[in-house]
Amino acid sequence: MKLNAKIPSGPLTEKWSLYKSAQNLVNPANKRKFDIIVVGTGLAGASAAASLGELGFKVKNFCYQDSPRRAHSIAAQGGINAAKNYQNDGDSIYRLFYDTIKGGDYRAREANVYRLAEVSNQIIDQCVGQGVPFARDYGGYLDNRSFGGALVSRTFYARGQTGQQLLLGAYGALNRQIAAGNIKLYNRTEMMDIILVDGIARGIVTRNLETGELESHFGHAVVLATGGYGNVYFLSTNAMGSNASAIWKAYKKGAAFANPAFVQIHPTCIPVHGASQSKLTLMSESLRNDGRIWVPKEKEDAEKIRTGKLKPTDLPEEKRDYYLERRYPAFGNLVPRDVASRAAKERCDAGYGVGSGQAVYLDFKDALNRLGKNVIEERYGNLFQMYEKIVDENPYQTPMMIYPAIHYTMGGLWVDYELMTTIPGLFSIGEANFSDHGANRLGASALMQGLADGYFVLPFTIQNYLAGQLSVARMDPAKQPEFGQAIESVREWNDKLMGIKGTRTVDSIHKELGLAMWDHVGMGRNRAGLEEGIEKIRKVRELFWSEVRIPGTANAMNIELEKANRVADFLELGELIAKDALHREESCGGHFREEHAMSDGEAKRDDEHFKYVGAWEYKGPGQEPELTREPLDYEFIQVKTRNYKE
Amino acid sequence: MASFLNSSIGKKFLMSITGLFLITFLLVHLIVNSLIIFDPTGALFNSAAHFMGSNPVIKIVEPVLAIGFILHIIYACFLTLTNQWARPVDYDKKHAGNSSTWASRNMFVLGSLILIFLIIHLSNFFWKIKFTGSEMLDQSTVDGIENAYLLVTSFFIDWWWIDLIYVLGAIVLGIHLTHAFWAAFQTLGLSNDRWRKRLEVIGWIYTIIVAGGFAVIPLWVKISSMIN
Amino acid sequence: MDLTLKIWRQDNRKAKGRFEIYTLKNISPDSSFLEMLDVLNEQLVSGGQEPVVFDHDCREGICGTCSLYINGRAHGPDDDITTCQLHMRKFRDGDTIVIEPWRAGGFPVIKDLMVDRTAFDQILQAGGFISVNTGSARDGNGILIPKHKADEAMDAAACIGCGACVATCKNSSAMLFVAGKVSHLALLPQGRPEAVRRAKAMVAKMDELGFGACTNTGACEVECPKGVSIEHIARLNREFLLANLKS
Repeated sequence: MKLNAKIPSGPLTEKWSLYKSAQNLVNPANKRKFDIIVVGTGLAGASAAASLGELGFKVKNFCYQDSPRRAHSIAAQGGINAAKNYQNDGDSIYRLFYDTIKGGDYRAREANVYRLAEVSNQIIDQCVGQGVPFARDYGGYLDNRSFGGALVSRTFYARGQTGQQLLLGAYGALNRQIAAGNIKLYNRTEMMDIILVDGIARGIVTRNLETGELESHFGHAVVLATGGYGNVYFLSTNAMGSNASAIWKAYKKGAAFANPAFVQIHPTCIPVHGASQSKLTLMSESLRNDGRIWVPKEKEDAEKIRTGKLKPTDLPEEKRDYYLERRYPAFGNLVPRDVASRAAKERCDAGYGVGSGQAVYLDFKDALNRLGKNVIEERYGNLFQMYEKIVDENPYQTPMMIYPAIHYTMGGLWVDYELMTTIPGLFSIGEANFSDHGANRLGASALMQGLADGYFVLPFTIQNYLAGQLSVARMDPAKQPEFGQAIESVREWNDKLMGIKGTRTVDSIHKELGLAMWDHVGMGRNRAGLEEGIEKIRKVRELFWSEVRIPGTANAMNIELEKANRVADFLELGELIAKDALHREESCGGHFREEHAMSDGEAKRDDEHFKYVGAWEYKGPGQEPELTREPLDYEFIQVKTRNYKE
Repeated sequence: MASFLNSSIGKKFLMSITGLFLITFLLVHLIVNSLIIFDPTGALFNSAAHFMGSNPVIKIVEPVLAIGFILHIIYACFLTLTNQWARPVDYDKKHAGNSSTWASRNMFVLGSLILIFLIIHLSNFFWKIKFTGSEMLDQSTVDGIENAYLLVTSFFIDWWWIDLIYVLGAIVLGIHLTHAFWAAFQTLGLSNDRWRKRLEVIGWIYTIIVAGGFAVIPLWVKISSMIN
Repeated sequence: MDLTLKIWRQDNRKAKGRFEIYTLKNISPDSSFLEMLDVLNEQLVSGGQEPVVFDHDCREGICGTCSLYINGRAHGPDDDITTCQLHMRKFRDGDTIVIEPWRAGGFPVIKDLMVDRTAFDQILQAGGFISVNTGSARDGNGILIPKHKADEAMDAAACIGCGACVATCKNSSAMLFVAGKVSHLALLPQGRPEAVRRAKAMVAKMDELGFGACTNTGACEVECPKGVSIEHIARLNREFLLANLKS
């Protein structure tokens, strides 16, 4: 396969404006002749659908939830970055761009990331215009907070519910276009497959989750905004319904899948409580602004705390190891997520963990003394309350316990500068694509990317494609054989699943997959472990296809069938993640290979051999996928070893 | 205007406006009635009652008051019915006491009891004073002024169960008012978290004065008659 | 802990529902309420029975998908939380727990404990937004908003659209939900130009969809997982009255 990223020529700072001035556009009268399918209603999907609707395109928007407002973007807590430099602390578009590239450990495209930083300011304006109640200072100006991986305060926030407020803004814009008749919304509807006509994406097959009915829909272009695939690991901070099926079907239809091994493990999650645990809850990274992370200096103290013989509040200051401040004096508790996560794992593996042994403390004692309870409550009140409800401990009195958990996936469908996948007419935006974050995403950048793609990038770039599609008339799914065939093959697939009639529940098998992934393809990876992991994943897959049990029928609501469909895809994707991790003989960002570490335990990147995007191509069932490399050429910045110590 | 009154908030607006009007009326009514206590000769009460019956302003207000009552009742029925229809299937288990007061959930029941009381009350006094007349009213102490005092007090003195009905009526009215007072302002949009507390306090004071006052009068009459 | 569950089962929108009794053993008090239901469903599916259908997604109290009327209270016996944040430590060993779907004409039952809340979407489509096209907004600091106004708007905007207000209101009134959005946008200068149209359109849609009227019982704010205050209902009333005066 040949990958053409279609990066515009010209200086970095002008690529995007040059692209926009030279691209093809669709004239207003012709826009209503185009149908566009947008799958997903999160920040990327809703903002794209709304913006396309405003332009006059006819949009069909799909979500598996009962309402677009429930997409998992809503759970993002901390904030959204933008290079406004309202704080006059030296921020700039270039600095946001640079921090993002560096934070991503030099595995993202310069041109994409620069564009992201460039449009970040417009996003804030747009959201304020929509009525997003960002935090304000007493003068009425927008307030900012600082986030991991940055030396400036550039994060805009709405209490601890920034994702919610941004999504509700985009949802409002979506509602406006639904009311105007430009968007038709299909809720409780899951995308089951992509339909290609002559190798071009022309539609999708959907399943109505309430009735079980299969339908096909035509679109001149199909946009996948279906989020990440963290649920491969069973336990993650993703929503229960978050799934990889849309992008996985696209992959199996020929779209390249890039950097699947780049998975982000978030350092501040509430630790696992037991076997019936269904998901993990994230505590916003913003907590690291005022909280200090520590474990006991002595193993004996850690042991005493674990067995309840010693209370953490009774351990004197000199017996605590603030290991992030010790190891990374410059960034301290605000090191990027991958660094913080690995450091926590390192301490726990060495026997200094608290709680169940798989937890470290996040302590607000100093902040409470310095700022007072009122300030802390105003900043983090809802997070503290959430913690207390789950753990039954009061974080104002005793330090929080946290542990890393799967959170975000930097990998995803490979897209070019126009956000089009390797299938013509198939676009991918937001977390579903691989662009912008490299091997690690900085905090408050996911919201930025989702909205950048949806509001300010895709609505332009898709026109460059559609301008060439004017001659393609709307297709009638009833008359086009590809549509009927696609429905049939989905029906057969469902029947196959229903027909297994084994003895195991979907969740129990999903848990096994998750365990294999976490143990072998998690925070610390090595060759032997990955190979063993691949074997385990294959075994679990066989188990699934011979033993899964799905009661009920495929022709009505069937929540077990929904889960089974998702897990069937996770079982294949899991193996690809492991393969990608195995081939990448370096440590970078969220991908840490134990064989490739510095003597002090820091990640050892190999720019000579791995400074590329690894794009995998599906070659058929049972066949090895093929890797194509898109080299990353850094023209405008100097590639350095990430250093958060000085 | 029609669409406004057809909207749920419009209907509530009407409930609120008529309710506030009735709240004002109740206070005036109580002030007049309290003269029964303050002047055992009944002269003050009789002249006040006469004034209320003959004053042209009051004559205009009287039908308005009647319309207010009727609208308050009609819209209450209307709202209660639509509110019932809004939940075709009810819960098996409810723990409503956790989140709201009994009074706020039973305004229609309380209102219906008040209506029953009102009918009794009107037939006892208003009807006689206005239309049928009575021997007692004719026993004037001052020329041209009916002896309403005699009518009222002898009622309370002669039948203990009338006192009971009036005391119960006042209590039911009081419970109705505990919710009604603040709610009327809330519906008009004249409340927020700060003013809500203030209005609730004012509402309680008002309720205690009005309900307490109306309950005390028959008891006072009865007890003082027994003492003398 | 050992528990007895009394759960509403209903095959589809048209079917007649009924309560069924299930027993569960050895539930950890640290597990969440929905994890307890997961265990029940594992049990049912293993026995070849259809699982109990209930809405849920993020399981961290923000998406508003989960519902459930538990032992007579929306989102169960704890304050300021959604069902997914309810933990079993709030119950006692041997308890019988009654689990029902949201009951309201505006929220028809789809299956078992799952209800259709698209009425909320329709109300917001009627006007719960600010009409600003992508790219046309001015600089974010070009609109100054006093901190207390921004905070108040955020209080109202915290609504997650779960429908607990409707479920718990004796009139199945959606006023708190509508008030949250109207109040949020009415408080901000950006929202003023459309304030009249918004208040009228949203209230009209709410009435049309069969939700009851507000009788100020205040139950909604007590059961609201995000603590949205009924002072926003007062503001909605004000906005609606003024909107009708103005036109």
